[in-house]
Amino acid sequence: MTAPVLSIQGLTKAYPGVVANSDVSFDVMEGEVHALLGENGAGKSTLVKMIYGLVKPDHGTMTFQGKPYAPAEPRAARAAGVAMVFQHFSLFDALNVAENVALGMEKPPRLADLAGRIREVSETYGLPLDPFRIVGDLSAGERQRVEIIRCLLQDPRLLIMDEPTSVLTPQEVDILFQTLRKLTAEGVAILYISHKLEEIRALCDTATILRLGKKVATCTPADTTARQLAEMMVGTVLHTPERSGRALGDVALELTEMSVRSPSAFGCSLKRISFAVRKGEVLGLGGVAGNGQDELLGALSGELRSAPEMVRVHGNPVGALGPIERRGIGLLCAPEERLGHAAAPDMSLTENAMLTGSLREGLERRGFLDWGRAKGFAEAIIARFDVRTPGPGNAARSLSGGNLQKFVIGREVMQRPEVLVVNQPTWGVDASAAAAIRQALLDLAAGGTAVVVISQDLDELMEISDRFGALNEGRLSRIRPTSELNIEEIGLMMGGAHDMEVAHV
Amino acid sequence: MDLSSINPILLLASLMVAATPLLLAAVGELVVEKAGVLNLGVEGMMITGAICGFAIAVNTGDPFLGVLAAAGGGAVLSLLFALLTQVALANQVASGLGLTLFGLGLSSLIGQGYQGIRPPPFPKLNIPGLSDLPVIGRILFSHDLMVYLGLIIVTGVWFMLKYTRAGLILRAVGENHEAAHALGYKVVRIRIMAILFGGACAGMGGAYISLIRVPQWTEGMTAGIGWIALALVVFASWKPWRVLLGAYLFGGVTVIQLNLQAAGVAIPVEYLAMSPYLITILVLVIMSADKSSAPASLGRIFHASR
Amino acid sequence: MLKLERRPQPSKAWVWLAPVVAVIATMIAGGALFAMLGKDPLVAIRTIFWDPLFSEFAFFYRPQLLVKGAPLILIAIGLSLGFRAGIWNIGAEGQYIVGALTGAGVGLAFYPLEGWFVFPLMVMAGALGGWAWAMIPAVLKVKFGTNEILVSLMLVYVAEQLLASMSLGLMKNPEGFGFPGSRNLQQYPSAHNAELIAGSGMHWGVVAAMIAVIFAYIMLTRHILGFHIRLTGEAPRAARFAGVNPGRLVLICLGLAGALAGLAGMFEVSGPAGRVSIDFNVGYGFTAIIVAFLGRLHPLGIALAGLLMALTYIGGEIAQSRLGVPAAAIQMFQGMLLFFLLAVDVMTNYRLRLTRREVA
Repeated sequence: MTAPVLSIQGLTKAYPGVVANSDVSFDVMEGEVHALLGENGAGKSTLVKMIYGLVKPDHGTMTFQGKPYAPAEPRAARAAGVAMVFQHFSLFDALNVAENVALGMEKPPRLADLAGRIREVSETYGLPLDPFRIVGDLSAGERQRVEIIRCLLQDPRLLIMDEPTSVLTPQEVDILFQTLRKLTAEGVAILYISHKLEEIRALCDTATILRLGKKVATCTPADTTARQLAEMMVGTVLHTPERSGRALGDVALELTEMSVRSPSAFGCSLKRISFAVRKGEVLGLGGVAGNGQDELLGALSGELRSAPEMVRVHGNPVGALGPIERRGIGLLCAPEERLGHAAAPDMSLTENAMLTGSLREGLERRGFLDWGRAKGFAEAIIARFDVRTPGPGNAARSLSGGNLQKFVIGREVMQRPEVLVVNQPTWGVDASAAAAIRQALLDLAAGGTAVVVISQDLDELMEISDRFGALNEGRLSRIRPTSELNIEEIGLMMGGAHDMEVAHV
Repeated sequence: MDLSSINPILLLASLMVAATPLLLAAVGELVVEKAGVLNLGVEGMMITGAICGFAIAVNTGDPFLGVLAAAGGGAVLSLLFALLTQVALANQVASGLGLTLFGLGLSSLIGQGYQGIRPPPFPKLNIPGLSDLPVIGRILFSHDLMVYLGLIIVTGVWFMLKYTRAGLILRAVGENHEAAHALGYKVVRIRIMAILFGGACAGMGGAYISLIRVPQWTEGMTAGIGWIALALVVFASWKPWRVLLGAYLFGGVTVIQLNLQAAGVAIPVEYLAMSPYLITILVLVIMSADKSSAPASLGRIFHASR
Repeated sequence: MLKLERRPQPSKAWVWLAPVVAVIATMIAGGALFAMLGKDPLVAIRTIFWDPLFSEFAFFYRPQLLVKGAPLILIAIGLSLGFRAGIWNIGAEGQYIVGALTGAGVGLAFYPLEGWFVFPLMVMAGALGGWAWAMIPAVLKVKFGTNEILVSLMLVYVAEQLLASMSLGLMKNPEGFGFPGSRNLQQYPSAHNAELIAGSGMHWGVVAAMIAVIFAYIMLTRHILGFHIRLTGEAPRAARFAGVNPGRLVLICLGLAGALAGLAGMFEVSGPAGRVSIDFNVGYGFTAIIVAFLGRLHPLGIALAGLLMALTYIGGEIAQSRLGVPAAAIQMFQGMLLFFLLAVDVMTNYRLRLTRREVA
């Protein structure tokens, strides 16, 4: 490792009401994997967008390979040798792999030649990929390969990766790490954004930690414990949720060979899913994104219907019922997507409280709505779940992700569910809000509710669930007690019948 | 009733003529929708094109200048839509409807005093040899240039979308505007250009009606062809060659319907006149089962935040 | 450099301000248009907006405000429910025509029988006719996913042909000396939608419009159905999660809009118009779209917008006869109003910010 590839001095970017980055400086060396660590909202995304030319800094300068660097647009960044793999992939579902790659290049060769180069590069780096497949049909891991190959074809000197492992199984993560090490051996620098501490300790040479837009430390992750990293990132000592010993009751929710077709063209249909959850139990369902999580939540909430006896609550068939009837018998859900699914963005919190609470909270009488009580219900959620907002009259979209998530989960928890199903309850939520949400779920289970947590965060599932299963291409693995599982076994469960080849490098 | 008065050769020849305004408008809208924008103002742009083309052709005596003016008129009107939806981020459905209402008013305002005038005739293509061929010559090779221009535009659009980088970028913008933006493509600029192209095509389609097909100016003379063009894009599953097929199909229905009217078939004229609209509905019903080929960002508002 | 920036929540002030700004902007642009046509813009604007209400002949025009406003409000109320839910019925003109045909049809069928029941039956038939016509796009959308915009619009052209066929055939006045058009219902007391108070312009259609405004207001603010309509428009996925059945909502919204448009047509044909004729429809179904938006899809707003739009119709006619302003200019004027409204509307959800050219 010699000269810095990228050197950042005093970058500052402010948005109305928030300072996303304040006077951030650090260097990324040639051939190193440099971690950028921070909570959601710490300013990681804004920082890399400035490096990639999507956002212009208010102050500060950058130097790339010894020359002043101020990309006006991504094209300029790519021309200089900066490439980026996005967290939410910048891919086009209806186009094929080669077309997607071509769109990310300045002067792409003819499609036939490009296909050849895609095959060549994908084999060199152990990322097998067929250039003519439609991207919408690929798994999350394969989609990430498309992004990576798109970057590699441009011979980058700096590769930015935004939360690349959040969509991968542990085995796929290993493949990715091997690819990245191969790249650094060739002198490529990698800026690696993550909040997963163990991963950073395993892979990265240096780590820069951001908190509330400011750089708080630079350290060598291998020499730092995960706990130290976490505390630098969060700024406070973390509190781990407590699980009290619980007596399990009767089976509250039971799925029997449930099959449901996905409503969307690139979705994942559910195939013969069976499980049972008892009162007071937390069932964790893991799996890589896009393996049927949304569909499972929909099939439980009543947005998707199945044959009546495929879903039973307390033994009664409910598969053919709609969301309102299911709420009536105590089956409540909180979907993953906060804005637009769990909550209506432009509507007030009071109206959003009405959205699922009208029946169980008695906010509606013979079709007529009691807005006064709805406001009271919203205020109760805000108070009990410490939702930071000026009041229930504010629009849902004016809340931060963590606060809205607390509201959405709180809205269901406060309706005293018999069965609660949540999808990604802490996704994109800061650590303290995440801890509060997990604690609320555990408390609910302690009170005798059957809880199903669908999540892609394995640490979370290990922390709160009694038993664990994994979704893979719409199928559910065998369900096993969490205490007897290790990370290797979980990886295999998540990989399941996955057709993705494990590459040999 | 005298069905023998219908000449099949003339019928096929007039089918190509009847299909051309639809073809032009629909292929323009196809490009707009491929870029992810739903412009429901086709009818308004067509009628504006019809009167702009008519007025300029009458005043200059040159039908080609008229067609040019029609393209310009349609494009200028579509620019209004572009400003509303791409800059002011207005709802596309409402803006498109507004464009149609506005275009109908504007055209009849410009059209004051052009009623009852005959426009200068449009020269027909005459290729020695080809045009003289029996049957085929009459059907395929003895039309005005606009018929062929329509075919050239469809071919060009097909080629552009399928084989060029510009086409790939256009499709990408319509498919996922956030991703296209993240890769550094100018979503708004590309969409405005697509909207202008759509406007120009619709304008030419309108001028074809007022200058060649009818040819004279009457208020509201496009009579829903712009709306049928919108339906045609759905029918075509956003594929240019199927727009061609669809336009000829509708052209055929219109021509047969008119011929039956002229032949004095026992069905009342009004019911025959309904038929193109009813068939459009029927076709929409059949084609609606498959929505998978619609551009994924169609009709969604794009605002580059953060 | 000006930049648009999304507001954290919709501005309450702009919701009310936008229509006002749009009307003023339209007056300015309209004035420019009239100036281009060689008319004095101030006189033209005064003729359209002031004279119908306050000139010496205003007693003649004021009742017209209700006569022209009622169908616009009635139709726009129905449309606004659908528009709120993202269901785009733009074929109200067709539903209006069919409602008039079925309503008048029932009346003509009873002719010359006098009885109190004739008019109520006509009202029901009118509502049913409009409802049935609107159910075509609704059912096709629910069953086959067909685009309701295109189908409802195509049905306008079909309805126009149907109207022509009826006034030339089935409903033609047997004593009409062969001229197209039906008997005049104004001369058939049991079927006549007469003025309730002489000289006020107040007929049953106006009463229906008032009821519709109140009904819609209560439904949207106080009833679960109205909440579900709003929810579906704001966030369709959240609405499904809440338990809204989208298909049912399509049927309800289109059905209500059709019934109201049909009622409007029926009240028009049995009252102010008097008879079924080829040129019976004058575009209320389309103008109502502008009314719905200008009124912010809010029942009270629509009532005001309907009256304003009626004013431009009446004022337009005065300007036409007195100043020679072409009728098309008024139509364009109305189109401009919608444009300006849509453009100004951006301020509700975004704000303009002046940013310095960024220092790179």
